Amino acid sequence: GDPLITEVQQWARGLGEGVDATPYGLPIRFETDVVRRNVPWLTADPISSINFTPIHALDGTITPQGCAFERHHSGAIELSKDDYRLMINGLVDTPLVFTYADLERFPRQTHVYFCECAANTGMEWAGAQLNGAQFTHGMIHNMEYTGIPLRTLLEEAGFDTSAKWVYVEGADASSNGRSIPMEKALDDVLVAFKANGEALRKEHGYPVRLVVPGWEGNMWVKWLRRIEVADAPVESREETSKYTDTLANGVSRKWTWVMDAKSIITSPSPQAPIRHGHGPLVITGLAWSGRGAISRVDISKDGGKTWETARLAKPGEKMALTRFYLDTTWNGEEMLLQARAMDETGYVQPTKAQLREVRGENSIYHNNCIQTWWVQSNGEAENVEVS
Amino acid sequence: EKFGLGRPAAPDEIAAWDHDVNPEGVGLPVGSGSVEDGEALFGDYCAICHGDFAEGVDNWPKLAGGQGTLDHKDPLKTVGSYWPHVTTTWDYVNRSMPFGNAQTLTVDEVYAVVAYILYSNDLVEDDFVLSNENLLDIELPNKDGFIIDDRAESEYSKWSGEPCMTDCKDKVEITMRAMVLDVTPEETKARKVQELVKSTNPRNAAAAEAVPAAAEATTEAPAAEEAKPEETAALDPALVAKGETVFKKCAACHQVGEGAKNKVGPMLNAVFGHPAGAVEGFGYSKQLKAAAEGGLVWDDATLAEFLAKPRDYIKGTKMSFNGLKKDEEIAAVIAYLKSFAQ
Repeated sequence: GDPLITEVQQWARGLGEGVDATPYGLPIRFETDVVRRNVPWLTADPISSINFTPIHALDGTITPQGCAFERHHSGAIELSKDDYRLMINGLVDTPLVFTYADLERFPRQTHVYFCECAANTGMEWAGAQLNGAQFTHGMIHNMEYTGIPLRTLLEEAGFDTSAKWVYVEGADASSNGRSIPMEKALDDVLVAFKANGEALRKEHGYPVRLVVPGWEGNMWVKWLRRIEVADAPVESREETSKYTDTLANGVSRKWTWVMDAKSIITSPSPQAPIRHGHGPLVITGLAWSGRGAISRVDISKDGGKTWETARLAKPGEKMALTRFYLDTTWNGEEMLLQARAMDETGYVQPTKAQLREVRGENSIYHNNCIQTWWVQSNGEAENVEVS
Repeated sequence: EKFGLGRPAAPDEIAAWDHDVNPEGVGLPVGSGSVEDGEALFGDYCAICHGDFAEGVDNWPKLAGGQGTLDHKDPLKTVGSYWPHVTTTWDYVNRSMPFGNAQTLTVDEVYAVVAYILYSNDLVEDDFVLSNENLLDIELPNKDGFIIDDRAESEYSKWSGEPCMTDCKDKVEITMRAMVLDVTPEETKARKVQELVKSTNPRNAAAAEAVPAAAEATTEAPAAEEAKPEETAALDPALVAKGETVFKKCAACHQVGEGAKNKVGPMLNAVFGHPAGAVEGFGYSKQLKAAAEGGLVWDDATLAEFLAKPRDYIKGTKMSFNGLKKDEEIAAVIAYLKSFAQ
């Protein structure tokens, strides 16, 4: 018999840790492989850089803060609640300053939203490059945010209703700032201070960050310190020289804020090969759209010749990750796995060829193409492109 | 509905934080700076990352060149080739630069640095003086190179509707493989190779252990034996003070003293008199690591040579600083580092 069953194990005889061992816990040591990773050659320095969520090793839809991807422009700063100030100025009746304690007294809301960096999958424009869902699609996380509608704060200051823009800015040395059209600011933008029930982590903008549902992560300004109501956009560095998408003819799109529908099979995938034998296999992944709820996800095992519709773990929610499953059987045959998302607007996730036809290969940002994993007969998977 | 929360912002508070400048020049303060002054400032504060001629060092942004490349493969996007507004450059330098020491330049210095960036892009002459009076007159070459997001018209109708479910293609062939490029970070790759060897043939479990994991290789303590700190004569306080001043050139990347942490460069406590490449948690260049394994110890002579011409002394060092030109400055900085030698 199996000695793990037939012999009395240490953990069945002795004692485990007491309740005072870890007042705020970390994952058990057997899970140390489930961590954020970076790609050193991507950037000059890890301080102004990005890392990737280990989506290949997660399930469900909520991303734990501790392994949710980070993007900093001047490093993750420490800013205490006591030292925190939020200013609203510009075209308002009364420029105001709020403390953190002030913010907690406004009526608040709780919503689940995904945050995706516009550069997610950006390294794959010119060809299959990085071997793992974490690296090709890991610039994304999905959390339950608690915060105040930006609209509430704008109304408190008495904003000029003819103003077209708000400019939002962080407190860190990069003073990352973005212009947001007033229509979006009044719609669903949140000034958030909790994620997944707990305070924001330092790397996610503690104590307060902006949440801009469905729109590119760079606009989700961390360590939010100032909101300026204005009649024109600032055209800051992050909305001109970066986060603009150059087309094949050299002309660049600007203000490409919304993240289009996208999906990725997280398992099996290069970092999550099939380790079990033949028989039942769960194919799973994530789908999302910045334009609304995911309505359907199809999966192909043959590189896009034939498709079958996956099961959604629960109905798609607006601007939030949706988990899908395909419960299937695998007998060692090679597969060219693809997922294809559709959202409630009827939009169908395009192939890489379709994207390239419109945009060329120099866009960097907003690559929402269908991804292909080549699963070989030994269960290993590789990032490939197919005809 | 108002809640009566918060308090009015004072004018000096708004002035302290509201610095953004838009393309119409709203927010641009009165001031001026010359290309000539900008060149000196750029050498002191910017060249460490962006190169003496704004050509960029390593992976740091290139600020000059690239005109005419936007419709080529891998276009070079710089202030001269890509940025639409000079105001954006002014705004960014003013609020976010120098990296690691932001908001330390005066208004006139910002004008001078921007003037030098324009000069590096052949957009102004070497005797040019940039000011709030003439900044809006300068047109960047790519000012008309942008269109507002047109995906709704150019893409959405194309990629909508009921998708194909069967017989969608005649044949499918693999046209490109990530394994061929092989640029996935080493740590993952090494682990994968180990796992692969283990999983495909259990008898090879021992062999798998022999596959060197890159992650382990990089965390191995370099140069195990601790070199003895040199006997040093009592430090000259005046020289140490001078070194502290000169060290400002280093401070964008290095911290030293109590609570110093690794930044762009390693923290520099206990570096003098110790083996090179030994600061925990810092990712050194291969070349520096090789020098460390070769027994390099930072003493008066080696530091002096390194600080004079870092990239000559260790080819391939990540330290992109051009070097200290004066011997007195080098001696001062070494004295300053000695005061943290422990």
